[in-house]
Amino acid sequence: MMAASSQTGAAAVPLLGVRGLTKHFPVGHALFGGAALVRALDGIDFDVQIGETLGIVGESGCGKSTAARLVMQLMPPTSGSIMFDGKVVGSAQLPLKEFRRQVQMVFQDSYASLNPRLTVEGSIAFGPQVHGASARDALALAHDILSRVGLDPSRFAGRYPHELSGGQRQRVNIARALAFQPKLMILDEAVSALDKSVEAQVLNLLLDLKDDFGLTYVFISHDLDVVRFISDRVLVMYLGRVAEIGPAKRVLGAARHPYSQALLASVPTMDPGRRTAEAPLTGDPPNPINPPSGCRFHPRCRIAEEVCHIREPLLTDQGGEHSVACHAAVAGSGHTAAGRDCAAVRPK
Amino acid sequence: MDLATPRAPQTIDIAQSVGQSRGYWGTVWMRLRRDPVTLIFGMLLLCIFLMAIFAPWMAPQDPYKANIVRRLKEVGYPGHPLGTDQTGRDMLSRLIYGGRLSLFMGVMPVANALIIGGLLGIVAGYLGGRINMAIMRTMDVFYAFPSVLLAIAISGALGAGIGNAILSLTVVFIPPIARVAETITTQVRSLDYVEAARASGASSLRIIRVHVLSNVLGAIFVYATSLISVSIILASGLSFLGLGTKPPEPEWGLMLNELRQAIYSTPYVAALPGVMIFMTSLSFNLLSDGMRSAMDLKS
Amino acid sequence: MLSYILRRVLYTVPIALGVTIFVFALIHLSGDPINAVVAPDATAETVAKLKKDYGFDKPLPLQYLLWLGKALHGDFGYSIVNSRPVLATLLLAVPNTLILACCATLIGFTLGALLGGLAGFYQGRLVDKLATGLGIAGVSVPHYWLGMVLVIVFAVELQLLPATGMGPGGSSGWEWDWLHIKHLVLPAVTLSVIPCGIITRTVRATVAEILNQEFVQALRAKGLLHRQVIRHVVKNVAPTVLAVMGLQLGYLLGGSILVETVFNWPGTGFLLNDAIFRRDIPMLQGTILLLSMFFVVLNLIVDIVQTMVDPRMRRS
Repeated sequence: MMAASSQTGAAAVPLLGVRGLTKHFPVGHALFGGAALVRALDGIDFDVQIGETLGIVGESGCGKSTAARLVMQLMPPTSGSIMFDGKVVGSAQLPLKEFRRQVQMVFQDSYASLNPRLTVEGSIAFGPQVHGASARDALALAHDILSRVGLDPSRFAGRYPHELSGGQRQRVNIARALAFQPKLMILDEAVSALDKSVEAQVLNLLLDLKDDFGLTYVFISHDLDVVRFISDRVLVMYLGRVAEIGPAKRVLGAARHPYSQALLASVPTMDPGRRTAEAPLTGDPPNPINPPSGCRFHPRCRIAEEVCHIREPLLTDQGGEHSVACHAAVAGSGHTAAGRDCAAVRPK
Repeated sequence: MDLATPRAPQTIDIAQSVGQSRGYWGTVWMRLRRDPVTLIFGMLLLCIFLMAIFAPWMAPQDPYKANIVRRLKEVGYPGHPLGTDQTGRDMLSRLIYGGRLSLFMGVMPVANALIIGGLLGIVAGYLGGRINMAIMRTMDVFYAFPSVLLAIAISGALGAGIGNAILSLTVVFIPPIARVAETITTQVRSLDYVEAARASGASSLRIIRVHVLSNVLGAIFVYATSLISVSIILASGLSFLGLGTKPPEPEWGLMLNELRQAIYSTPYVAALPGVMIFMTSLSFNLLSDGMRSAMDLKS
Repeated sequence: MLSYILRRVLYTVPIALGVTIFVFALIHLSGDPINAVVAPDATAETVAKLKKDYGFDKPLPLQYLLWLGKALHGDFGYSIVNSRPVLATLLLAVPNTLILACCATLIGFTLGALLGGLAGFYQGRLVDKLATGLGIAGVSVPHYWLGMVLVIVFAVELQLLPATGMGPGGSSGWEWDWLHIKHLVLPAVTLSVIPCGIITRTVRATVAEILNQEFVQALRAKGLLHRQVIRHVVKNVAPTVLAVMGLQLGYLLGGSILVETVFNWPGTGFLLNDAIFRRDIPMLQGTILLLSMFFVVLNLIVDIVQTMVDPRMRRS
């Protein structure tokens, strides 16, 4: 069952369209002179199509959570645009409150995401009540959704967050978001804090719910295996910029950006035949206050060349809806490996 | 961590299912009941309050009735179990009645400051930005005074009297309560569930009412109760200096002042009002400490 | 580091200004200040002339600026009661309060650190409960009453120490001899009860927190001697305790009025009390201004020193 698509145009209108999204945070106190800026996001573009799951991966500090919060309108962007269903958020066609009903988020910290003073059903019913449901209807809806996420309402509705396990709390969080009957759900490291077995249960639940309710997901995670399991398309972020974006099989199976490749190679494996001889990704993630010049990844890139110090690579289409921001992938960029398969290039 | 095991009701009756598990305050009450120190001094405080409320029935004599002939009799004098003061009034009765004014002058300023300071702090904490700076900087100016000095300065300027003393102490207690309220509200505001509430499209007022208040008021209230013991000492101190209650009203601090010269003749009588102040202040302190421990669910 | 100090100082300036505005506004709270100066039966002309002399006829902001300007130059006006310059009288009283407050802080700190340290080390045991109890009693006791009790016990009953005054026969000079120290004992001990209580609680909490930290338990597991653990604890507790001590000193300087009243100790608190009752406005303003400025500056110093000493805070 697909959610009804908007009346505003062709099926190609993405549910979520992000262009040039930028967010800089001033940091430190400036008594004399300007304050330093944390460039959490520096112009990212991506689309999310109806009914798909877009996975967003990257290391800490790459800006994924900032992007999520900007999309959720929890803070204003420094620049850039966010279009939902082809409409501008906050405009007459899509008032902010209506947007909030259609886009919801599940946070990482399951305990901090729930008001310790509200019962489970109280937390879930809050959303519908904000949007006009009566208390009785909201509670009935809450009970219904509780059973949909696998929690028996007769046992769980009256409980408090501190009386639940981590997995149960996260189910409640999902229920809370579902209660809005949204079109888009953003899951920010939603399973990262759970034990592996519980994580698998919740992931399967998410897949089932997606089919039952016709949802669209943006799934943020640093765990590549989880992303591989759940995503249709994957976006790789590095230091506030998009490194690579494309279908999950291609990005995670035949990555073209050196960073993506290094990330994939860093995943520990139990296979003795695939031992890593040397660390694929060295050094700490650099400081977003002072990002490197040119391509931000060049200090840690195994195939970096002079052009990488000078010019920042743009996201260019490699065919099959797979885009990469790397000089080595673009013919005529000045990189010696340009136009050829990156994987074939050996470091000097 | 207490895990309540709710009984499964026969039908999904919503009202019933809510009552099953013990909420936050239920847990706090349970923990309080198990703390002996808190219980004992809680009872003591209750007695003091009851004594003050039922003073007309409990006091054996008229606290205003002076009798110069019987002035400054020691403890155990026939007819006056706790002696008489410097004008011959019965000490026991005056101590009982004194509780009314002393408690009133101790609790009122904190109650007022809780409302005003709490409001200021929560608003500053939730709204942040310029409003926060404006409110908190003003609080800082008052914070720049030691509390005793501030109380005396305002009282001294306004003049003696119960109302003025309460006003002056209210001003003294607003900044610390506002500061605590602001800190707590800022912390709560940055928690995920408040962000989730903001993401729900609810108005600020609704978010404050449903999500912020219930998580903030408890801690602010407990902090305020810890101030009551100081308030009682300060209020009686103001009366001791002649800046609070005016004679012939019975009030423990004023009585201490009036009996200062009596320390040479009837020392025990002279010291009695202070014992009451000490007991009351100690009880409030211990009670508030106990509450704070009980409310800290993590320990 | 320097920028932090600079910022901190600059931040204090508006606060200090706010304090001066408040002190200035105080006297206008109690009605027309001219009423404090004139006799009730004075003629309208006398009133008008006095108004002009004191500058009460000018607009308020102007009055404030003039008053502030004079204060910055050390001119706090003249006492209405004895026509002597306020600042001079104040400066005579300040050392007396300093002596009292410093002694009280030292006593309070020593006792408090001891009690708190014991309580923290022997957490949960009887020592802890006793020491904590004493600490709580310290902050709950009305110190003016305690002063009276001590006078009753030591001066009236036992006749060991004098009941009032700063020196034998009510003399006004201070010397560090037994005759004078006898007068200092009771007031200092009385005043020390408050910082003692607060420092006990602070030390206990900090020591307990440090001892419960995992890395301390690791140190003990490594077999470090008791002495070394103590040294480590002291090093970590010191900054917090010193800060609290500094603040308590400031608090005592400003809040000594009650104890000074009980013991007739001729310090700033005593002056303040006197000024209130004689409605000596210039003296009242001057005393409050001086004491609160002292507190502001002390707060600033404590803040800066604490940042310098505590490496964790330096980085933030």
